[in-house]
Amino acid sequence: MTTKKPDVPRTPMPEQPAARRRRNFSEVALGYDLSMAMTEASRCLQCKKPACVKGCPVEVNIKDFVGHLARGDVDAAYAAIKATNSLPAVCGRVCPQENQCEGSCILGKKGEPVAIGRLERFVADAFAARSACEELTGRPKCAAPRDEIRVACIGSGPSSLTVAGYLSARGIAVTVYEALHELGGVLTYGIPEFRLPKAIVGREIAALEQSGVTFVTNWVGGKTFTIPELFEKGCQAVFIGVGAGLPRFLNIPGENLIGVFSANEYLTRVNLGRAYAFPEYDTPIFPGKKVAVLGGGNVAMDSARTALRLGAEEVRLVYRRSKEEMPARAEELHHALEEGVILECLCGPLAFTGDERGYLTGLTVQHMCLGEPDASGRCRPCPIEGDTAFVPCDLAVVAVGTGPNPVLLSATPGLEKNGRGYVVVDEETGETSIPNVFAGGDIVTGSATVILAMGAGRRAAKEIARRLLGSDA
Amino acid sequence: MPTTILAKRRLIPGKTSELVLDAPHIAAKARPGNFLILRVADKGERIPLTIADADPREGTVTIVYLVLGKTTAHLETLEAGDAILDVCGPLGEPTHIEKTGTVVCVGGGTGIAAMHHIAKGHHRAGNHVVAVIGARNKDLLLFYDELSAFCPEVLVTTDDGSMGRKGLVTEALRDRLASDRTVSEVVAVGPVPMMRAVAETTRPFGVKTTVSLNSIMVDGIGMCGACRVTVGGKVRFACVDGPEFDGHQVNFDELCARLGAFRDQERVSLEKFHECRCHDHQKA
Repeated sequence: MTTKKPDVPRTPMPEQPAARRRRNFSEVALGYDLSMAMTEASRCLQCKKPACVKGCPVEVNIKDFVGHLARGDVDAAYAAIKATNSLPAVCGRVCPQENQCEGSCILGKKGEPVAIGRLERFVADAFAARSACEELTGRPKCAAPRDEIRVACIGSGPSSLTVAGYLSARGIAVTVYEALHELGGVLTYGIPEFRLPKAIVGREIAALEQSGVTFVTNWVGGKTFTIPELFEKGCQAVFIGVGAGLPRFLNIPGENLIGVFSANEYLTRVNLGRAYAFPEYDTPIFPGKKVAVLGGGNVAMDSARTALRLGAEEVRLVYRRSKEEMPARAEELHHALEEGVILECLCGPLAFTGDERGYLTGLTVQHMCLGEPDASGRCRPCPIEGDTAFVPCDLAVVAVGTGPNPVLLSATPGLEKNGRGYVVVDEETGETSIPNVFAGGDIVTGSATVILAMGAGRRAAKEIARRLLGSDA
Repeated sequence: MPTTILAKRRLIPGKTSELVLDAPHIAAKARPGNFLILRVADKGERIPLTIADADPREGTVTIVYLVLGKTTAHLETLEAGDAILDVCGPLGEPTHIEKTGTVVCVGGGTGIAAMHHIAKGHHRAGNHVVAVIGARNKDLLLFYDELSAFCPEVLVTTDDGSMGRKGLVTEALRDRLASDRTVSEVVAVGPVPMMRAVAETTRPFGVKTTVSLNSIMVDGIGMCGACRVTVGGKVRFACVDGPEFDGHQVNFDELCARLGAFRDQERVSLEKFHECRCHDHQKA
């Protein structure tokens, strides 16, 4: 029987105050110190059958790592996490823990769950300055992978990095091909610095490099090379983790006016191009004073909060359903509102208007009411006839989702896709219609989360290891 | 891995140069019409440049640029032996090339270099290639010799009449089309006003007209939509659907406006670059 523990409240996360952080790109959440982490870890009941582990797509041994941490043994905690998770500092920051590990925590039934994500982040950050390989193996550099077994990953986002981490730890030589000039995929071009510092992403990738993974930038799958060529060059398996990088637009009048951007472009300029530091960095960003962000997901939140930090006077989130239907994480919406983002719910965009030079001046919206739930289970927005409004803005960011990028897929004959253009895979193994070609992440599911992509990567990696190593896996 | 510049040729001193890059993986795949994206150095911006030539045996690709903004100004300071930090390609859909008879390739400014690769492709496919190239004067005319090497006709126009016909490429094009109704396609690469004028010139003749669009790009692989253009009323991405489109269908007004979206920042960037270089020279 589990001993009843005294009711210790969940340890709050220290944060930059909203008034200060809304004008800088430094990380919002500041992280626990050791005593906070130990206090929080001590709240864990160490359940016999830990539900939290089942809630984690990459099966982190949460019970063990939290147990080690409660005793102050950070090294053992790190080893426990790293055994299944290649990117703990990333996951501790951007996973929707409320739906996963923490959502399954038994303490959450009556009170607040253990802050597993914050603890994971603490452990990963505590290792910032150390060599991952040395900590895990006692050697400064891991043994070179056996070159006779070779696997290629296309894309360097969370799913591919997970595959690379899993396979390289088992002695397989993995090469990761990235189309852009910097590694990390969505972690680098998509998620802003204030939520996920690029130095953290770089650190996780450096740890993978130390464990023998080869990274190649500026190589575009489907353009610089094709999948059949990878097999010709001796790869035994290929993993496709190219994400869902084709921005969707609204297809309404005026969408090509100057000042209307896809969230992908807006965020890529700022994150990959470091446009927040223009002109020290060359990539420019369009300065908006009055900003409208269209959409209600995490990418919309990131865009709105980025616009504030770039000096916007007013940022409005224009969303066609109500606040309750927003797909964004509660924490992201909460942070955005704290920072001063204005919600314009039940507003559907009708048309952008511009001046004679082609610059955006505003957006006409249709007011909506909520109808019956639709296929997604959320209430369907219905236009209120004749009830429209004009929202003046000089910058609009369209964050209404993405589709499958066709560059690699159209250059890969025989690759089966579903009706929406995403890659079809075997549910158990992650294998595509082409033997020994696997896929996972957004290119299979459509836009989802970092951790689901990592879960898909882990599933494919297990199957690849089983096939290539047999009983050694 | 950085890409080494094997040779540099100053075509118009201080304004336009040709670089031959050591990039076997790009050379092996580059087809006429493809472009690449480069970033000269850390903190730099990604810019697209059309591939002017490719030699798979030597493993080289050739680019030609006009010094216009910070990135090309920086590029102009590099010499053979120096390296470009990031080069990515080949990108975009290649030119549709088949044997159709007579093809007229029109080029203006640095667009002549980009057009050269396309003209070569048509020549290799067995087409009779007529090159029509223009510049303000003969010193600013690019690739005359290169095109003359394989084009049976090279029609030159200059604004001041210092070489070829005095006037615009569109005038030479109109006369050529009027005298020979068998032309199967016109390809135009150059400044937007020139491509627009070419499309208007060919429209009455009903000749298929292909233009290569140079819209603003960030990733060049379909991820951001910065390069979107309206063609025949539909939104297309120049980087993955193009860069070549039916010139009679392109909304050139919109393209022109969108090309100016970052003009203020581009000026700031270039001024800062010149100031820094000035300080460096004073120190040195």
